Amino acid sequence: MALAAVIRSSRATTMMELEIELKKASDKLKVDSPDDFTCSAAPSFPVAVSWDATSISLSAACDLFMRFVTRTSHLEHEKFDAAKSRLIERGEKFGEISLKARKTIAMLSQDFIHDGCTILVHGYSRVVLEVLKLAASNRKLFRVLCTEGRPDRTGLRMSNELAALGIPVKVLIDSAVAYSMDEVDMVFVGADGVVESGGIINMMGTYQIALVAHSMNKPVYVAAESYKFARLYPLDQKDMTPAHRPIDFGVPVPTGVEVETSARDYTPPQYLTLLLTDLGVLTPSVVSDELIQLYL
Amino acid sequence: MTQALAHVRAHHAACTRSTTTVARAQPHPARGSPTLCASHTPRLESSAAPNPQPNPRRRAVRGQAMDLRRPPRSSSGGVEPKIRQVGFFTPEASAPSEPLPPAAAAVPAPTAQQRPAAGSPPAADDLSTGRLSPVMIPPPRHADHLAPGPPSPAAADVVLATSAPVRSSPRLDVASEIGDDDSWSRAPSAVELEENKHGLAEVRNEGAPASIPQKQKTSKAERRAIQEAQRAAKAAAKEADKSGKSAGAAMSKQAKPAKTAQKKDVPQAASTVASEKKATERPPERERKLDAPHPRMQFDDVHKVEKAKKRAVVNQSEARNRVELFRHLPQYVHGTQLPDLESKFFQLEPMHPSVYKVGLQYLSGEVSGGNGRCIAMLLAFREAIKDYTTPPNKTLSRDLTAKISSYVSFLIECRPLSISMGNAIRFLKSRIAKLPHALSESEAKTSLQSDIDRFINEKIVLADKAIVSHAITKVRDNDVLLTYGSSSVVEMILDYAHELGRNFRVVVVDSRPKLEGQALLRRLVAKGITCTYIHIYAISYIMHEVTRVLLGASSILSNGTVYSRVGTASVAMVAHAFGVPVLVCCEAYKFHERVQLDSICANELGDPDVILKIPGKAEDHLKNWADNANLQLLNLTYDATPPDYVSMIITDYGMLPPTSVPVIVREYRKEQLWI
Repeated sequence: MALAAVIRSSRATTMMELEIELKKASDKLKVDSPDDFTCSAAPSFPVAVSWDATSISLSAACDLFMRFVTRTSHLEHEKFDAAKSRLIERGEKFGEISLKARKTIAMLSQDFIHDGCTILVHGYSRVVLEVLKLAASNRKLFRVLCTEGRPDRTGLRMSNELAALGIPVKVLIDSAVAYSMDEVDMVFVGADGVVESGGIINMMGTYQIALVAHSMNKPVYVAAESYKFARLYPLDQKDMTPAHRPIDFGVPVPTGVEVETSARDYTPPQYLTLLLTDLGVLTPSVVSDELIQLYL
Repeated sequence: MTQALAHVRAHHAACTRSTTTVARAQPHPARGSPTLCASHTPRLESSAAPNPQPNPRRRAVRGQAMDLRRPPRSSSGGVEPKIRQVGFFTPEASAPSEPLPPAAAAVPAPTAQQRPAAGSPPAADDLSTGRLSPVMIPPPRHADHLAPGPPSPAAADVVLATSAPVRSSPRLDVASEIGDDDSWSRAPSAVELEENKHGLAEVRNEGAPASIPQKQKTSKAERRAIQEAQRAAKAAAKEADKSGKSAGAAMSKQAKPAKTAQKKDVPQAASTVASEKKATERPPERERKLDAPHPRMQFDDVHKVEKAKKRAVVNQSEARNRVELFRHLPQYVHGTQLPDLESKFFQLEPMHPSVYKVGLQYLSGEVSGGNGRCIAMLLAFREAIKDYTTPPNKTLSRDLTAKISSYVSFLIECRPLSISMGNAIRFLKSRIAKLPHALSESEAKTSLQSDIDRFINEKIVLADKAIVSHAITKVRDNDVLLTYGSSSVVEMILDYAHELGRNFRVVVVDSRPKLEGQALLRRLVAKGITCTYIHIYAISYIMHEVTRVLLGASSILSNGTVYSRVGTASVAMVAHAFGVPVLVCCEAYKFHERVQLDSICANELGDPDVILKIPGKAEDHLKNWADNANLQLLNLTYDATPPDYVSMIITDYGMLPPTSVPVIVREYRKEQLWI
């Protein structure tokens, strides 16, 4: 992990200094653009690799890392070097936990996928991919509807991977979600960040799909690792830090015409059925409890 | 079951008393309770003045009395479901049915012994004869035996007081009178204590208007009687009650006072320390409840004597023409307490002057608002603790706790406690209880004083700062913020946002009769914040312009319900309908683990006369509203906002969804352990 590397390379001599350095590094991580970051970071850092500009999960993960690490520092070890090596240990353990999280989530989700079901997925989420991979290897019979996911074209990427696993896939354009919703049994999405209210911040289009699914009484399952729980609380769509992605229409945009280029939206908790996390299968209201317990 | 017996006994008592008090033409057999009832009934009916109370209550009592020798049948202890009229009904309808009860009662009377359900048929008959009541619900557990008018109360007292002895196991209403009369003449048992209390309660309850003048006269004697009785009985009370049936002893004692009881009946009827209508409660349940956390007092149902004892400080008279649905809440005639209290200022030596002052401030409305009241109360207690000295042979912790409890009862009489005050009192009592024994008195006192200071500082002052720092992240430029009433925290948020230079405007929503928003408006405008002022009637008109709603709260309950000034729920509902986020700002010490589903089961009734006074209107159409039996005025103080309308709760612990309130309550309690 980048932050673990920071600890390793730090030459601080006291806990306070180390914490300050960690804080600075984590702030830098949050600020840097994802592309820069992926170059500089250790490849094992789980969030860095996501190409969806998941800076929310990144900052959440950094916060959690800080929390995780600094919690121990107060309790033990007068000798600084011993403490430092412990911190490095814990930092690396954090990385392992995050990787293992995906396996835990995949295992928990198996009960929700039954034979003959149709799953709608949106966006390219490695967690969801892991879930479906495990289901396929367990010889479950199901098919997947995959949204195109403009402007990132994540849908094509996802369907590519799913087809490689031998799962029957159908690609829909984003507008065809409501049209196909009645043949869908459940919706699986990942999350860039899970916020305090229990809602999620995810790729643009998730809110729309959740609304349609809710109105047609289809369950929406969110697969997210627990390090993505963030201390944010958006009140509406505009209440988040903006993240933009240029949209390529294929033809030049006429002058005087504005384009909405926001890359993320916020889905409120009442449209989500369950959160599948490495902490277990949770309802959206539990997120706040977990956060309170963690941060208080 | 004891209830049934209690009522039966009450009834018997009444019957026997009636026979003894008034020269009765009708002979009564030695044990014929039905006949007694029958003989009694006509007297009741005849003497009853226009009776605002529904008759089924009395009838139910008689029915229960007839159940005297029957073993309890139902799980509720053999209590017949008493029909009590709830909701809005015209009391006049009861008048035409007056002549019916005698007949109705007389009929089942003879057959009472055989038929357990004697009580209900008369009631049912009466109801079926066309007395209307839009809502009839069986009262929770208690027997209703209230008789409304002053004359009938006297009769009712008779009924209650002269209880034919059957079993002395806690019967409340029964020999209250008897117990009261003779309480100091013999070693009172717990039963008598109970009866005593209930008898007084009964007495108090009856006829507010007529009994008021007499009340003044006899209140002193009454109080002395009560105090003596209770002091003597208190020790034995618990054991006697817990042991349950002390059949013989009490009964014989009951029989004795039966004769003398009626003599005191008249003064007793007149003397009402606090008149309230209520049904009697059962002592055994009360005993059980002593172990459990004390539930809120239900004022339609209560052992009034306990209140009477405390109420020795404030003379309150129950308001007339009360709304039936809110009968379980206390309501007194406003304007009578303050002069009375003021005149007593120099006589009440058990009460610390600063506590007294705070009580007066509550009564007059000078101090209002959750934080304000709580801080005032805590500072008064701090003064009281500073001046406190432990009496000899007493431990500081116990005596001080008792003293604090007495102060709290006084404050409750001035104005019912808010939930924040209740939490603060609980904190103080737990600190007192946790004092190490080794501490000297002065050390203990300074420690308590510093605890109080710390509580105020951490839980209120710093908590407000934390809330402001969280909330400020939700105030953006070009926001239109709506607020209702006057909340101290919301005002702080607006001030801070203005200091930071955010560009926003405020809509202040106000409502009668308190018009608290005007003061807030004045202060905001003085600071230079752009404000709009509307009354709550225009809320749906203005809501489309609003971007955020900021509300304060008196308390937040465990299911996320926001308990706040009346009108808050409407504002939140309209905001929700328009998709405007509702942010409720509340300090964590105001949270409570209770759950409330509506605004009725717990609330505070304000002065109904305030509704009448409309500034600028010369005519007073409703001047004599209390004389009109068809008209009831209701002035609620709080209401409960469902959690669905709340988007976010901002506390000193951070921003949370309404579903996370129990977590905060849990964390907060844990933290208390560390303090």
